[in-house]
Amino acid sequence: MNSIYKLSRKNQYLISLLTILSMAALGFAIERLVGYRVIAFLLLVSVSILAMFLDIIPVILAAALSALLWDLLFIPPRFTFAVGTTEDRFLLLMYFIIALIHAVLTYKIREVQKEVRKREEKANAIKFYNTLLNSLSHELRTPITTIIGATDNLMNADKLSEKDKIELLSEISIASMRLNQQVENLLGMSRLESGVFKIKKDWCDVRELVYTTLQRFEPIISNYRISVFIPENFPLFKLDFGLMEQVLHNLVSNAIQHTEEGTDIIIKADCSDEKLIITLSDSGKGFPEAEIHRVFDKFYRVQGSRPGGTGLGLSIVKGFVEAHNGKITLTNLPLRGAMFTIEIPTEVSYLNRLKNE
Amino acid sequence: MNKASILIIDDEAQIRKLLTITLESYDYHVQAAVTAKEGLAAVASHPPDLVLLDLGLPDESGHEVLRHLREWYSNPIIILSVQSMEEDIVKALDNGANDYLVKPFRTGELMARIRLALRKVLQDENNPLGEFGDVTIDYAARTVKKNNVVIKLTATEYTLLALMGKNEGKVLTHHYVLHQVWGPSYQNESQYLRVFVAQLRKKIETDPNRPVHIITESGVGYRFVGK
Repeated sequence: MNSIYKLSRKNQYLISLLTILSMAALGFAIERLVGYRVIAFLLLVSVSILAMFLDIIPVILAAALSALLWDLLFIPPRFTFAVGTTEDRFLLLMYFIIALIHAVLTYKIREVQKEVRKREEKANAIKFYNTLLNSLSHELRTPITTIIGATDNLMNADKLSEKDKIELLSEISIASMRLNQQVENLLGMSRLESGVFKIKKDWCDVRELVYTTLQRFEPIISNYRISVFIPENFPLFKLDFGLMEQVLHNLVSNAIQHTEEGTDIIIKADCSDEKLIITLSDSGKGFPEAEIHRVFDKFYRVQGSRPGGTGLGLSIVKGFVEAHNGKITLTNLPLRGAMFTIEIPTEVSYLNRLKNE
Repeated sequence: MNKASILIIDDEAQIRKLLTITLESYDYHVQAAVTAKEGLAAVASHPPDLVLLDLGLPDESGHEVLRHLREWYSNPIIILSVQSMEEDIVKALDNGANDYLVKPFRTGELMARIRLALRKVLQDENNPLGEFGDVTIDYAARTVKKNNVVIKLTATEYTLLALMGKNEGKVLTHHYVLHQVWGPSYQNESQYLRVFVAQLRKKIETDPNRPVHIITESGVGYRFVGK
């Protein structure tokens, strides 16, 4: 029923007109068998059915039109608007009133339903933001608690062994880095949503982009089997280097966080009709098929994934790719693992294929 | 060895304290200023060997301080900023800052940048040889050697590398390099820079995909490091 709500006004009028006309035609065909009063019920039923689907005005028009048609075509004397008997005059008036009441009542019921649905949606949104707030405060407060606790302990240093001190310090360091990552993501998101977000495109060497990103993951990246495939003499593309670096950074970081050490991570770049195509695939577990369409949603985290993320990384990726008028898709690979595909339409330069001076 | 003196201009008491303790533990002589006005006065009365300048000062923007200082002060200035906005950093570098660090930064990184910036001060301007680990540039003969083997460079490649060598450790913005190597009309033709940097890396880096000499500063420029 919902989909019919979205019919345009014009189509609604057309449907209402056609229904009444075809019912009148049907009535015309069977009038001899059933008598003209039964035709009134036939028309009334079709108005009621229309009232279930259409807006109030098209339904009222259907009611009026059907009353007129009934009068014109069926009530004796036929083919005039005149009504012969008092009984029929009374019937015609009743017909019109019942049709109107139907139209109005059905409309009201639908309005109430809409209201209920709206309220449900609001309740769901509140539930969503509560979960979100919970996970966010967890992600932010855990490292802060670690830092405060560890520094408190270190201030009573005389009770601690050297080994404990070093352990506490390293906990503080890890917690700070984690906190920094969360803040980075939150800032990235607010930057995207601020409205003053600008993209600054310049010629980029994709090879430089990919390797600069990977270098920032050293030394942890050496625990993974990274392969990069970029064709020789790959052209230059106009991109925002900083944003694209963030895109690749978040994708690689996502792969590292959610797969075991030793997993293959493959980055490929290609170019077809003025489009840059970058894919990043891994040989991990892949994504639950039912959740794949939600992974780019803000704050969404795949069920049962490891703690330590805000669910913002991939939505920032999507936002930055879309800022380039590009698109990103995620698919599970047939055997194992998943693949992100980024497509960005952009200017291409083959300057590097020119001969050196 | 003489203690180098460093002036910190930052309005955040915590940052000043942290930096003072850290730098003193590395045997630097440290002064600190809270505002732009105090900072300018401190540089004028006791010119330090290096300035750490925060861009977000309460009375005047760090960019203004930088501009005033560069009218007469030529020692290294390193920018500290909470903003990772590339435009801001590029502006500071084009106005004469030697380097920049975005807060939060690791102490190791800060100390490395300070050493790099100060090293330039100690270098002999008249030495025709620039030694950068496995790469040597002979500015007089206009030749470059890697592991003592002469490398063939085109004229443009040499000009680019020599510019980087003369500015070891300093971040050179794309605009600056294009202006210096290709001339003012090429300032926005960054594609030339990309292509020549890629070519140069193939010739002087052991692994051009993991460069140790020509380091990319995302969206800002390049830094030449002699390891």
